[in-house]
Amino acid sequence: MAINQQPCAGAAQDRSSECTVPPASADPAANPLKTTRRDFLRAGGMLSMSSLMGTAALMTQSDNANAATEWAEHFQKNYRLMTPEEKNESRLRLERRYSDEYGKKVAVDTTEAQPGMLMGYALNIRKCIGCRRCVHACVAENNQSRGTRPGEKIEWIQVLRMERGKFEQEKMNHGYPEGLGIQVGGNAYTPAGQVLEGQYHYNPKAVPEADATYMPIACMQCEKPPCVKVCPVRTTYREGDGPVVIDYNWCIGCKMCMNACPYWARRFNLTKPVLPKEEMNPVTHYLGNRPRMRGVVEKCHWCLQRSRHNRYPACVEVCPVGARKFGNLLDPESEVSKILERKNVFRLKAELNTFPKFFYFYD
Amino acid sequence: MLTSFLTDYVRYVLKGGTKFYAWMGSLAFFILAMLFVFYLQNTDGLIVTGLTSQISDGLYLANLVFLVGVAAGAVTIVFPAYVYHHEGMHKVAVLGEMLAISAVIMVMVFVFAHMGRPDRLWHMIPPRGIYSFSSMLGWDVMVLNGYLILNFVCGFYYLWCKYTGNPINQKWFIPLVYVAIAWALSIHTVTAFLMANNPARPMWFHSMMPIRFITTAFAAGPALIILIFLVIRKNTKFWVDDSAIKLLTTIVHFCLGIAIFLTLSEVVVELYARTEHANGLYYLMFGLHGLTGLVPWFWSSLVLMVGAFVMFFMPSFRNDFDKLRIPCAMAFTGIWIEKGMGLIVPGYIPSPIGEVTEYHPSFVEWLMVLGIWAFGFFILTILLKGAIGILLGEIKYGGPAAAAK
Repeated sequence: MAINQQPCAGAAQDRSSECTVPPASADPAANPLKTTRRDFLRAGGMLSMSSLMGTAALMTQSDNANAATEWAEHFQKNYRLMTPEEKNESRLRLERRYSDEYGKKVAVDTTEAQPGMLMGYALNIRKCIGCRRCVHACVAENNQSRGTRPGEKIEWIQVLRMERGKFEQEKMNHGYPEGLGIQVGGNAYTPAGQVLEGQYHYNPKAVPEADATYMPIACMQCEKPPCVKVCPVRTTYREGDGPVVIDYNWCIGCKMCMNACPYWARRFNLTKPVLPKEEMNPVTHYLGNRPRMRGVVEKCHWCLQRSRHNRYPACVEVCPVGARKFGNLLDPESEVSKILERKNVFRLKAELNTFPKFFYFYD
Repeated sequence: MLTSFLTDYVRYVLKGGTKFYAWMGSLAFFILAMLFVFYLQNTDGLIVTGLTSQISDGLYLANLVFLVGVAAGAVTIVFPAYVYHHEGMHKVAVLGEMLAISAVIMVMVFVFAHMGRPDRLWHMIPPRGIYSFSSMLGWDVMVLNGYLILNFVCGFYYLWCKYTGNPINQKWFIPLVYVAIAWALSIHTVTAFLMANNPARPMWFHSMMPIRFITTAFAAGPALIILIFLVIRKNTKFWVDDSAIKLLTTIVHFCLGIAIFLTLSEVVVELYARTEHANGLYYLMFGLHGLTGLVPWFWSSLVLMVGAFVMFFMPSFRNDFDKLRIPCAMAFTGIWIEKGMGLIVPGYIPSPIGEVTEYHPSFVEWLMVLGIWAFGFFILTILLKGAIGILLGEIKYGGPAAAAK
């Protein structure tokens, strides 16, 4: 992981000064009077249904430059099909819009996957104390919606609180089937591992609790992700260095990926995300934590804005007990590679052949 | 000639009594409500619905799936008409195609309703957009559009020939009808795969889904068609033959029987072993962890379906076309519940990590559903009225009747 890039915010400033006269800018704010071919095509597109809705969006926007930016954003391509120039245009557009909206200098990083890198994650479930600091760090880092109405609060990590199952002497005469004829089985157990509503929103006085174990989950970044297969517009895909990402500007919000994910890792923005200006993290990545819009799906991406710059994801960094490990699976000397080599590891729902790159292990 | 067809058609459809305008007016009211709700959904977002992170789809997807079945169900008229040359059916085959057109249009509106970003639908359409062959939704969109076009071409070509008095060109018309018949199966099969190909959702993940979808479709579809035919017999000069309605009744009866059998098979297989994968069905039938939101839906659906099945055995219901409405309406409603609240929603409960939550459709959602159904019936009324006018010979090229009106 020998990537040494300059800090994103600075890089953005440098690059935007480089691109004062881009060859074919799609940014209407840059040259508002010149009618380019692109503008002409855009005008032609106004007739379509989608454009009508864009017009509606335009009319609700008081800021003219902002509206024009959204207009251009509406017609941009799927991120993976963009040329480097188009990616840069799109990046500048987003930076302008976000900086305007959140009242601070926002950088949108577009660093690509580096060769020789395959990100992997390992979690020591014996060490996890259920403090949920990872959840909060993730929300703060990744600009998740933090409203109060149901559906406005989005968390990518769930720390599942599992009750310890047990078998009791008093229950020995409980039979199965209960109360019916000849009993053939026992009911001496207390069910374990069942998750009820709100059980990942537990709030104890102190952790760890004696009667519970914890099982943190998030996106497993599968090698064969079912969510990617079902996407009708190929907006979600596995990046070259491992994480499964989403181009939020291309997502149509059909929610098929949410049906397909066996780990319940994906969240839908039922409304415009609630993200207070002062809490907004301005260091963002295009495929990562940049602010999302209404009606698109989002999920964990292993903090691309950090991990592509040789930093740990926020959850790894914040974990007070060191239960979370992150690194390059292709590097035999990395921590995750060592864990895979020496520890007993397992993956969640391995029988589904999704081949997660998120491993659980014990000491 | 084409313009005269259009003007005659429109003129005939617009002409109607108070009853007709009252019907269309009340439908228009719900359509307006739907448009308002659609506006809400695309400004506030889907937060105005009862959908949550856990239950990411509900009534919209349920109605979508059900209506694909209704569209496919039209084949129960077309198949006997063209394959077995059933005379009574042949007379009304085009009406079945009109129903298919309306149902597919309703499906498409439901697609718009359930999406987070309908303004980006063009992302699916090449060359600007991307079409994904690995996505079942992509296939679904393709087969549905194909079915719409097939039915539109077959239906309106037939009407056009009747209108102009030209003979039908059997050389391409009949093969096209056969293609449409096979295509009808494909739309519901692909829709079944859309749900079933998700190992993450054990409630849907079984190979019985396509056949269950088809049998329920071939019960609900013709049940609706019978009801519509009875309305047509009562309110227009067009006479739907008894033989057509009787054959449809038989089809509904058989398919309903198979559907009930498949439902019960699933119950036995799932609940005998009672693995964790049966939690969805268990929640549906009895509730889980004290949450019982869907229990009344399941049992009412079962009572309606079994009740209708028993009634169809009774000659008094089968042969008395007034009373026939009761089991038909029961079968239709029962299957609507079974496919919606009884199949789509419990796929989300419990969630893939075992969380049990309840689904409470909001008023907005019900209004949208009502509005889209109203929109469908609005189109259906227009299409049926025009088709019947042509079949009756009241719209005819250069005809005095059309000219006088």
